[in-house]
Amino acid sequence: MTPLDYEYLRKFLKERSGLLLSNDKQYLIESRLLPVARKAGLAAISDLVAKLKAPGAERLAVEVTEAMTTNESFFFRDKVPFDHFRDTMLPKAMALRAKERRLRIWCAAASTGQEPYSLAILLKEAADKLVGWRVEIIGTDLSNEVLEKARAGVYSQFEVQRGLPIQMLVKYFDQSGDIWQIKPEIRAMVQYRPLNLLTDFSSLGTFDIVFCRNVLIYFDQDTKIDVLKRIAKLTVPEGFLVLGAAETVVGLTDAFVPVPDKRGLYQPNTSGKPGLGSIGMPRLAAAAGARA
Amino acid sequence: MKTCLVVDDSSVIRKVARRIIEGFKFAVNEAEDGEKALDACRRQMPDAVLLDWNMPVMDGYEFLKHLRAMPGGASPKVVFCTTENDVAHIARALHAGANEYIMKPFDKEIVEAKFQEVGLI
Repeated sequence: MTPLDYEYLRKFLKERSGLLLSNDKQYLIESRLLPVARKAGLAAISDLVAKLKAPGAERLAVEVTEAMTTNESFFFRDKVPFDHFRDTMLPKAMALRAKERRLRIWCAAASTGQEPYSLAILLKEAADKLVGWRVEIIGTDLSNEVLEKARAGVYSQFEVQRGLPIQMLVKYFDQSGDIWQIKPEIRAMVQYRPLNLLTDFSSLGTFDIVFCRNVLIYFDQDTKIDVLKRIAKLTVPEGFLVLGAAETVVGLTDAFVPVPDKRGLYQPNTSGKPGLGSIGMPRLAAAAGARA
Repeated sequence: MKTCLVVDDSSVIRKVARRIIEGFKFAVNEAEDGEKALDACRRQMPDAVLLDWNMPVMDGYEFLKHLRAMPGGASPKVVFCTTENDVAHIARALHAGANEYIMKPFDKEIVEAKFQEVGLI
């Protein structure tokens, strides 16, 4: 792969998916795109780039984008956001929606389904409190390929062992040899739709709870700000946003404010006052120093 | 320092498991069958047991039943680690008092996830 090929792919991926690759990710391109090239009957990444530049390469363009943006996922990943969901978000959202008895949850980077199904399992565990409620979980992802896997709800023995308590595996999955499929009643709780976060998603409607974890880290600053602002428009005033452990709204936007003592949890800023979005890192460092 | 007893008739598995669990800052002891594991528990009750199912002399399932009946035997967190990967075996293990269940083959991430799940780390 020549430096020009690398630059082409960086620009191509940024425009198509928002994925931001630093100068040193050649190994990642090679490992993810060589299989795509070989599948297309091409010998090297340079051949793949030439094909992408030629007319009529849309299908290949989709495959390249999907191969680069598909990331590892597992059930109850990082645990804490799911504890927050069960103990904080769900009770508050239910209190807020007691009249309508309707909740809408969006997993904005659903990947192969582990996150929305983890939420569905927690809702099933709380079924006695949710009698008569209509709860929608919408799972979206850029990649059609991962959404197909999500819809099927079929996972390897390796995939079900990371994060999923054994009691839940036995309770909510059907086994077929080394393959485990999530039970139909859990699958039916989640609807999947292809969606590129760079495009307009206002047609999804409004949500009480939005999980958007481990996707903003791949975007540049302007894209992060844009996506967060558009998510804020879809989040009800007392709703919640959950970001990944390495992500924050601080320094990016005033649209959300962190929930005190709940790491990774944010609420729309309804105070009319600036949040922490306009605070730059030097000021944060100075404030930390002053407290110390 | 917390202690973990690794019970498996394969010395290779014991070695791999030891290396992983020592990485979690546990002191690790080993036993090659259920009977030797019970002896080890009588000497010192561990905080955790990583337990194979199929072993000579006494299998993991029998060991677990004996362990849970011993004075102090309710306290260790027992994580099965076995090739018996079907729901029937998992259900039997949980009924006998297992806290978690690893289906072989395993790696560090799986052991770590299961140890976290039962509050060992």
